Amino acid sequence: MGDEIEIPEVDYVSGSGVPIRGNDIDTDQIIPARFMKVVTFDGLGEFAFFDLRFDDDDNQKDHPFNEDRFQDSSVMVVNSNFGCGSSREHAPQALMRWGIDAIIGESFAEIFAGNCLALGIPTVTADSETIEALQDWVDENPDGEIDIDVEAEEVTYDDETIDVTVDDAQRKALVEGVWDTTALMKSNAGAVRETARELPYVDDAAIPDAE
Amino acid sequence: MSEGTLYDKVWDRHKVTTLPTGQDQLFVGLHLIHEVTSPQAFGMLRERDLEVAYPELTHATVDHIVPTADQSRPYEEDAAEEMMAELEANVREAGIEFSDPTTGDQGIVHVIGPEQGLTQPGKTIVCGDSHTSTHGAFGALAFGIGTSQIRDVLATGTVAMEKQKVRKIQVDGELGEGVEAKDIILEIIRRLGTEGGVGYVYEYAGEAIESLGMEGRMSICNMSIEGGARAGYVNPDETTYEWLEETDYFQENPEKFEELKPYWESIRSDADAEYDDVVHIDADDLEPVVTWGTTPGQGIGITDPIPEPESLPAEKQDTARRAQEHMRVAPGETMEGYNIDVAFLGSCTNARLPDLRRAARIVEGRAVADDVRAMVVPGSQRVQKAAEEEGLKDTFEEAGFEWRNAGCSMCLGMNEDQLEGDEACASSSNRNFVGRQGSKDGRTVLMNPQMVATAAITGEVTDVRELPETEVTA
Repeated sequence: MGDEIEIPEVDYVSGSGVPIRGNDIDTDQIIPARFMKVVTFDGLGEFAFFDLRFDDDDNQKDHPFNEDRFQDSSVMVVNSNFGCGSSREHAPQALMRWGIDAIIGESFAEIFAGNCLALGIPTVTADSETIEALQDWVDENPDGEIDIDVEAEEVTYDDETIDVTVDDAQRKALVEGVWDTTALMKSNAGAVRETARELPYVDDAAIPDAE
Repeated sequence: MSEGTLYDKVWDRHKVTTLPTGQDQLFVGLHLIHEVTSPQAFGMLRERDLEVAYPELTHATVDHIVPTADQSRPYEEDAAEEMMAELEANVREAGIEFSDPTTGDQGIVHVIGPEQGLTQPGKTIVCGDSHTSTHGAFGALAFGIGTSQIRDVLATGTVAMEKQKVRKIQVDGELGEGVEAKDIILEIIRRLGTEGGVGYVYEYAGEAIESLGMEGRMSICNMSIEGGARAGYVNPDETTYEWLEETDYFQENPEKFEELKPYWESIRSDADAEYDDVVHIDADDLEPVVTWGTTPGQGIGITDPIPEPESLPAEKQDTARRAQEHMRVAPGETMEGYNIDVAFLGSCTNARLPDLRRAARIVEGRAVADDVRAMVVPGSQRVQKAAEEEGLKDTFEEAGFEWRNAGCSMCLGMNEDQLEGDEACASSSNRNFVGRQGSKDGRTVLMNPQMVATAAITGEVTDVRELPETEVTA
């Protein structure tokens, strides 16, 4: 089987920031549904936040993703409940393809955070005061470097180090490079079949033979 | 930590092992797939030369992009045709059963699973769709997953998850006239917030829940995710079993019904189960709920005033101000009289037969207001057929509604059914996000199906309990 692929460890991310302000930014905002009529994720980057970035005549509106000074940014700084709504992985895929490697925020919707993890994108959290201060700093320092130490749960910028929180499972997965779970879980195929056999509703015929 | 709840029991029965990350590897009893979130996962499988591990526990349908007017192939829209063709090729290659439109079994994924008896108590059910929580109505542990997780499930029959806390939401009392399951869940989200459920699974209990039919329970579990909870469930009971007995699976395998019933009984939450949190809601106090803003948590009773942003918690004020600007509503007023351009009766929340029946009773003998575009999109081909047989189609059409084929339609505007410009829509769906119904300036007001029918007739948001007899025009 060709399922042995190299999974890099994501214990450290650094880059300049881009502030995306507002609570409850849902995945329909991040990637409107009409851009999901595709069978691959390629090319989704240019559609990130599309309706917030362009008017009906495709003229640019005020949005950080449109600003020259943020074009090389890779660390997004957001507020609370970011990524709520639809489970579409198209949302983090679009952000990743735009250039985002990590997101710092007040809080994240659960499915969105899980989707980010599956792409190796850390979603780290801090309180609202800390986040707002960081957003303001990024606005003033669009080229300023932000360093995220996933393992130590620390973010450093402008000679300041702040404590952040990384969900335990996410931290272990990223630091140890086991965030691509397919190969890992496939290696337990025997135990999976055992679990299935113990479930009264699973027909034996539905359980595959050992490889 | 919770103990003795349905969630704990189903989790334990499906846990394969604990992964090095601390997550549990859970066996998936039913994997539902559709055309939007699965093609990339099949692509990832091909890249790695992997096969679908449990095709017989996987079931496909087409719902998001399927046209609801002309369904002849090839679909008029190239992108829709390409997605459909891709799904057809993937299920054929993997040997996955597909409820496509030619079978008469097609429909929204969260309508067809329960119809066919695929959805059962004590199963783990996943789908690349956040409204998978719907299936929790049967006492299943059901949640939405992303495409990379779909790849995991296809390749291994399992998913990596962290166990959540359990919040019991006890809904006592009795619903009044014109008040429905939809209003219970909108009230729960209003009260606990759109992120109040993050980290939790919701158990819905109490006499107001137990007295609901399966469709009402599905409406409630469906919108768990709008409150931040990835899954929500109702303990299975006689109402559940009566539904199951009528489904294809148990009609074809009657012996399975008696065989599985002890399992279903065994996974019910114990009387002395421990919960991480308990919340009480009194159904007697509820009135029809409508949203005034752009998140499902921004709801109010139909006679209540729209809140002043300043009166809300600090972190909600900014969102509220922007929402009121988008919706063009003013604090202090009620939503009554808010003009609408479109009435949409459909979606995985409210497009099952009883939903359409209740709405049809309102519509009967009345006419859709001038300048209102009203449409009914049944949740599945079976709902459509049953509704047509009992005359609901005629009732709706005579009143001036369009009667469409089954699909997700204007809930998310991925097919041709979309709002235009700044149209306002009375909608029985689940999300009022900016742009959700296909136009970024569109305005969505969420409400129950009777309220949608009422708004279609009067052309404005109207309390169904106040709809005067004199409105009867036919």
